[in-house]
Amino acid sequence: MQQENLKKSENLSDLGSTLQQKLEQNPASRTDHMEYQAGMEQIESEVMTKVISQMTSYDPAAYTKQDVVSALNKRGCSIQDLKALLSPAAESYLEELANKAQVKTRKQFGNNVYLFTPLYLANYCENYCVYCGFNLFNKIKRQCLNFEQIETEMKIISDTGIEEILLLTGESYHRSSIDYIGKACKIARKYFKMIGLEIYPANIDDYHYLNQCGADYVTVFQETYDSDIYETLHLFGHKRVWPYRFESQERALRAGMRGVGFGTLFGLGDFRKDALATALHAYYLQRKYPAAEISLSVPRLRPIINNQKIKFKNVSEAQLCQIVMAYRIFLPFAGITVSTRESAEFRNGIVKIGATKISAGVSTGIGDHQEKYAEEDQENFSNCETGDEQFAIEDTRSLQQVYDDLKAAGLQPVLNDYLYV
Amino acid sequence: MIHKSTTNDPLVIAGHEFNSRFILGSGKYSLELIDSAINYAGAEMITLAVRRANTTKSENILEFIPQGVTLLPNTSGARNAEEAVRIAKLARELGCGNFVKIEIMQDSKYLLPENNETIKATEILAKEGFIVMPYMYPDLNVARHLVNAGAACIMPLGAPIGSNRGLSTADFIQILVDEIELPIIVDAGIGAPSQACEAMEMGVDAIMANTALATAGDIPLMASAFRKAIEAGREAYLSGLGRVLARGAEASDPLTGFLRD
Repeated sequence: MQQENLKKSENLSDLGSTLQQKLEQNPASRTDHMEYQAGMEQIESEVMTKVISQMTSYDPAAYTKQDVVSALNKRGCSIQDLKALLSPAAESYLEELANKAQVKTRKQFGNNVYLFTPLYLANYCENYCVYCGFNLFNKIKRQCLNFEQIETEMKIISDTGIEEILLLTGESYHRSSIDYIGKACKIARKYFKMIGLEIYPANIDDYHYLNQCGADYVTVFQETYDSDIYETLHLFGHKRVWPYRFESQERALRAGMRGVGFGTLFGLGDFRKDALATALHAYYLQRKYPAAEISLSVPRLRPIINNQKIKFKNVSEAQLCQIVMAYRIFLPFAGITVSTRESAEFRNGIVKIGATKISAGVSTGIGDHQEKYAEEDQENFSNCETGDEQFAIEDTRSLQQVYDDLKAAGLQPVLNDYLYV
Repeated sequence: MIHKSTTNDPLVIAGHEFNSRFILGSGKYSLELIDSAINYAGAEMITLAVRRANTTKSENILEFIPQGVTLLPNTSGARNAEEAVRIAKLARELGCGNFVKIEIMQDSKYLLPENNETIKATEILAKEGFIVMPYMYPDLNVARHLVNAGAACIMPLGAPIGSNRGLSTADFIQILVDEIELPIIVDAGIGAPSQACEAMEMGVDAIMANTALATAGDIPLMASAFRKAIEAGREAYLSGLGRVLARGAEASDPLTGFLRD
């Protein structure tokens, strides 16, 4: 699959094209992905060693149906049990997993399902990640919203009823600086009750500043916990540094953030090992920082602009569902987010079992909530440039549609359960 | 306004009298069910997470709570006394009245209460005129500190919140019932009406339940079942439970039969 992804983007400048080819074809031309780059803070932490040793020794094929049944019959769920629940042997017990997961979800969350909307502030990126639509070699329309545009977008989103927002940027230190993101958080505080961030990994001081600006949750996807595979996919830029990315959540918690989110982009590495590592990353950090609120996301690869060949062929819906259920049984208290990468049918089903948070009214493009959702003032905005999307979404329902579907399923949509204290 | 009960066995919290000894949670089931749950439960007090009421645009939980029911805002989300105090004050601003249930947690996994911070928050809020109902891990020393800090009742957990495991801490709750003059309200872990009944038989003054209702197939029906179980347990306690006889009959010749005067 990796070779298939490495398609040369059209319309690249010669210089860019040469660099791209060199990075792809000559591994020696890439930097050491385990080496921190200048300015990246290193912290002392044992969490990474624990996660990696568990992941490395995990052999999914070694688990039997008996292991799965034994895990299902227990009140708690050990790491061994989690390994069984993520194994191929558990695929014949999906309904049993679903029943157990549903009970755990209801006990912890009742029938509440939390709603939020992501807002992409900018799609500039300084990294070359071969599967991502924002990668620096990809010829797409780039944009960075100015503060006036940010406020306009936020007003539109806020008017739909959304009270929790997730701010995202491409990973550009320069085009979307900490200062810029901080200002965006301050604007967001006027319109929303809760602000999460999904930006490039930052140092503790930066996270602390963003926390003061109003952000309280930081999500960083590790993409894959297999650093060897990671190296072959993240060929250039600061994102290439695997350990700095791994330690993001811990730096964020030390900086005073209330909660942290974790995720693997399923389809890059062995999804069972990645799922195990993601759950354990969250598990060990919560043990170390007991007050931390923990959430997990379960994205699969999606098609991107200029590279429609990327398919999420490695992880089926049934397997994705298995992962969500295993997460829920192992970490009953964790929030689980399922994004619009998945279909309305899948999301309607998974919220009945284990997911507790879903996005609604989503656009992954830059500055196009106005274009897509607002009916008024079209003329005033028609001259505005919008930036291309990071990936294609599957579930295009509006907030109201999602809300109504949840209600119809007997679930309680919750727009906010948060206070700044 | 001081609540006055119509029974001769009211639950009295800081001078307010309640007929019902069942406090309902509200945060884990559909808002439309709150009204009927209250009716079937016969409840006169319902808890409400202030953070859930912190919504402006749609379906504010406050709008679903019927008039005449006493609101018990809780401070969930607070990690220390300072945050709990801020949330309590916000609840007052939102018009939730003077009752407040202190919930302070520093553990996102088990949601166990942090007793030390709870004592601090109780003292501050009691001085500011709140009717403070602290959720706590059942520890006699802590309960005494809470009494001294001005608590209006003591709310020990029966088992971890949301666990439906019943009275895992029964022995320690019994000590609180025996030693503390304030009402003892079992707050978390009660998963079935039988467990609520058992707690009431022990002499607990009231029961608070949320997950047990939320996870029931028919929430109003379960509310009704709890109401009856709590009333049954209370009556059993008031009537004085009979002796539990050992297996077989008691010896007919008393062991002390040899005594002559």
